[in-house]
Amino acid sequence: MRLWRVPFDTNEIEVSKGIIHIIEDRCKGCGFCIEFCPREVLEFSDNFNIKGYYPPKVVKPDACVNCHYCEIICPEFAIYSIEDINHAVNSKNQKQDIN
Amino acid sequence: MKNSSLSNKHPLDELIRTDRIPHIWCPGCGVGTVFSSFLIALRESGIDLKNTVVVSGIGCSGRAAGYVKLDSFHTTHGRAIPFATGIKLANPDLNVIVFSGDGDLFAIGGNHFIHAARRNVDLTVICVNNFTYGMTGGQAAATTPSMAKTTTTPKGNSESPFNLPHLAYASGATYVARWTMLHARDLTEAIKEAILKRGFSFIEALAPCPTGYGRRNKEQPLQTLKIYQEKAIIKNGANPAEADIDFNKGIILGKFIDIKKPTWLDTYNSIYRPQDNSDIIDAA
Ligand code: SF4
Ligand code: SF4
Ligand code: SF4
Repeated sequence: MRLWRVPFDTNEIEVSKGIIHIIEDRCKGCGFCIEFCPREVLEFSDNFNIKGYYPPKVVKPDACVNCHYCEIICPEFAIYSIEDINHAVNSKNQKQDIN
Repeated sequence: MKNSSLSNKHPLDELIRTDRIPHIWCPGCGVGTVFSSFLIALRESGIDLKNTVVVSGIGCSGRAAGYVKLDSFHTTHGRAIPFATGIKLANPDLNVIVFSGDGDLFAIGGNHFIHAARRNVDLTVICVNNFTYGMTGGQAAATTPSMAKTTTTPKGNSESPFNLPHLAYASGATYVARWTMLHARDLTEAIKEAILKRGFSFIEALAPCPTGYGRRNKEQPLQTLKIYQEKAIIKNGANPAEADIDFNKGIILGKFIDIKKPTWLDTYNSIYRPQDNSDIIDAA
């Protein structure tokens, strides 16, 4: 995981899993969500949307930790995550992923 | 796994006028992120949204009043705070929040800001600071950093910018914080605290204006965000006097001020409406 501010309790917190939803036609292709997702879940799509921008696409669905950062930083209300309730992953399985 | 249809409902859709989306903000503009942080803070604050009014002035950030699906007021240039003050005085039960830009709040509206802070009117003021007049073509503003290039300072700005947290504190604000839109989570928390704070609260949110400011200073929006990341010095409780904007030495972010004092209405009522004193919450 690529963190630029590492919390002290990184190894203790429960990690949840998210499912990403993208409203492609709202996207203006700024790339904020792609660049600053801490798990590198997203990449630019190869296809453009109705407005001619390249929206993000999910390339690592299993890596999403439902942190909602993409959802907050998106200036266009074009992406959001929903907790995957069927997939309770706890910190133990995740530890090796961190750093 | 993902669903790209427009019937998809974003969690903030209930707070925005979706018929006006896409908004006018340019690709890579930071105003939308500050707006989204603001909406999340509104929702998380638990305040009665039916009893909440959002007031904006003129400019790109000022468009926010037209996108929020609450009672809102898009006022004349620089006058968001006087309108907000009037709304608050007419109905002190309302939560009144001003969302506007640096040009509107601190250049044409600068006097209104200092006097509302001085009086400690119970308002929350969120200022999107993108260092320029974006909507009118990127002219130098009262917040443009020294030496920055704008359409009116092609060789670099010879003036010094306002230090907004210091100005707010010196004028009397009871809550003062600064974040960038990249620090969206801290920004959301700060806006939430400010909304719940009784008294004049001020949040400065730095945000890129790639069209008006970035282009002339050779900053793509993602580069601006990386500069925020590299130059951020998070220092809660820092002295606002030291928080001047100077990208060479770093940008101090955090909650600087959180103090209690009676609001203007508290004091006014205790002097002029002593018979109603039982209604007044003791803020001292
Ligand atoms: S919710 Fe977090 S981890 Fe998942 S895609 Fe968004 S930013 Fe990445
Ligand atoms: S942050 Fe939003 S607008 Fe920007 S690329 Fe991602 S989905 Fe598109
Ligand atoms: S001109 Fe600047 S502030 Fe206005 S919408 Fe475009 S990028 Fe944003």
